[in-house]
Amino acid sequence: MTKAFTPKVVTANALVDGDVIYLTADDRWSRALQEAELIEDEAHAQLRLLEAERQTGTVVGAYLADARAGPGGPEPAHFREAFRARGPSNYAHGKQTELSDV
Amino acid sequence: MYEYGEFDTAYVRDRVAQFRAQVERRLDGSLTEEEFRPLRLMNGLYLQLHAYMLRVAIPYGTLNSRQMRQLAHIAERWDKGYGHFTTRQNIQYNWPRLPEVPDILDALADVGMHAIQTSGNTVRNVTADHFAGAAADEVADPRPYAELLRQWSTDHPEFQFLPRKFKIGVTGAPNDRAVIRSHDIGLELRRDAAGAPGFRVFVGGGLGRTPMVGQELAAFIPERDLLPYVEAILSVYNLLGRRDNKYKARLKIAVHEHGIDTIRALVDEAFEERCAQFSGIDQELLSGIAAQFARPALEQRGVAPYHAAREADPVFRAWADTNLADHADGAHAIVTISLKPHGATPGDATAAQMRVMADLAARYGHDQLRISHEQNVILPHVHRADLPQVHGALKEAGLATANVGLVSDIIACPGMDYCSLATARSIPIAQDIATRFEELKLEHEVGPLKIKISGCINACGHHHVGHIGILGLDRAGVENYQVTLGGDGSETTVIGQRAGPGFSADEIVPAVERLVLAYLDLREGAEETFLELYRRLGAQPFKDALYPEQARRRRDAA
Repeated sequence: MTKAFTPKVVTANALVDGDVIYLTADDRWSRALQEAELIEDEAHAQLRLLEAERQTGTVVGAYLADARAGPGGPEPAHFREAFRARGPSNYAHGKQTELSDV
Repeated sequence: MYEYGEFDTAYVRDRVAQFRAQVERRLDGSLTEEEFRPLRLMNGLYLQLHAYMLRVAIPYGTLNSRQMRQLAHIAERWDKGYGHFTTRQNIQYNWPRLPEVPDILDALADVGMHAIQTSGNTVRNVTADHFAGAAADEVADPRPYAELLRQWSTDHPEFQFLPRKFKIGVTGAPNDRAVIRSHDIGLELRRDAAGAPGFRVFVGGGLGRTPMVGQELAAFIPERDLLPYVEAILSVYNLLGRRDNKYKARLKIAVHEHGIDTIRALVDEAFEERCAQFSGIDQELLSGIAAQFARPALEQRGVAPYHAAREADPVFRAWADTNLADHADGAHAIVTISLKPHGATPGDATAAQMRVMADLAARYGHDQLRISHEQNVILPHVHRADLPQVHGALKEAGLATANVGLVSDIIACPGMDYCSLATARSIPIAQDIATRFEELKLEHEVGPLKIKISGCINACGHHHVGHIGILGLDRAGVENYQVTLGGDGSETTVIGQRAGPGFSADEIVPAVERLVLAYLDLREGAEETFLELYRRLGAQPFKDALYPEQARRRRDAA
């Protein structure tokens, strides 16, 4: 029996400032995980990752991260991705403050 | 301290210009990330979890006030107003933007600093005893040798592509404050029977996933043989080191696999060859360097204000008892400024705090500052009469925490709050432990206790040599913390032993509390430290404290 495919998002770091970014369904890079395209199909995920990896002039280190569907959009499935989506826990730096203005 | 000569200045500027062009080519798409990555790493630039991270070398942990002010300026202008001092006497900026990094490097070059070889498979920042040049127990100042090693290793053509990174630590005192037995090469300055300086040499120490204590390679090599001997070790490592497996590529594995005697024979053979190639120019250089590390002219005046402050102010007294160390000159003291206020991030200083420390160094400390591997800042030469003023200024800046060497003086790596290699967070655990013991008001009663926390197996937080070590792991998608006991990073280095199953993030602080309370319960008196008690009784009573359920079951079965 093959293991069920866990939904994924395509994520990377932005070349210029290193911030965590997510690939959206309409081919933008968003700073917010909620805006990411939640990919439920394995073949589609591989295709989207290839498309992301081709953009070497904008993004660094693209990979597929596990995620799950939430009321406001994709949510992190692992604590590492939760930190990436939010920022460090010792200071209110990074997305947790920068994105609250959006 | 060492001032850059024309050569150093031109070299560092050149490297900045070179990197500036590389960054431009990366940004305009001429370089791919695969091409660019090794270039940025050579200049200390990492890509971490949320942003780039720039690791700046503070060679042998020594800074002057101008350099410290520049670090503050960089923190404000190009980062988020603070810097993080690390266990290898570097400072890390957590939020630089790629296009601005060359400007940061230029600002560093303005004050004779750089980020070269703070990453990559090269000889890294050479670290030294943070009390160097000041300590009462010192044989000689190790920093001239560390500076010689820095100059020799910077861009050394033979050693730019070693099997793995390579760390050298130097101490000038028999009391090892530089963790030299956990370095690839550890050097201990000593004198021969005639009083001539030389080195006891350890090799193959290291922490990480395979922790090992360095073994003695030579009981004494004379000063003049330092570079050819170190070069011989590196040349042997360069050939023997396992390039087939990243996890077995460090010198410690080569020493372990081949045995210290084989390594010694190979090094001795290589040394013969190398020695012949050294013309003596290194010794000329060394004497020029050594002159720049002469101890400042220390003022001789009374220390009455110090004693008066001790009498009058219990807060000053508590601080003096924990944060001062013996200076070679009785009228002076070595001040350790704690970067571990209870509940704060270990090793972080704001730009404003950096400036306060720079001002104090300029005014009361012969313009000298040191960064310790324990993530604190040191004023090495302060007259005791000035200590009340120094303490007062530190207090205003939130820098007067009286906890050096105590429970809350915790080493912690950045962990998963910043590091892309981390498997769990370290900083919040350190914050919570320090906060808890502050609530208990126990740490002065507990006395010397070193807690060290790493957020992954690479052990940047030195957990293996913590009296209590904590290792953060990812267990089935949840942060989990393993405890090691009995580690020691001093001249009696021991790798701590794993106590048993790990604890969740919620359980780890109470577990540490149980350990410390058990120690208080079992010790013979305040003179018996945690580590001494552990050595006397072994791990069992501490395991019983950590795992009360198991202890109960064992008692019931007996």
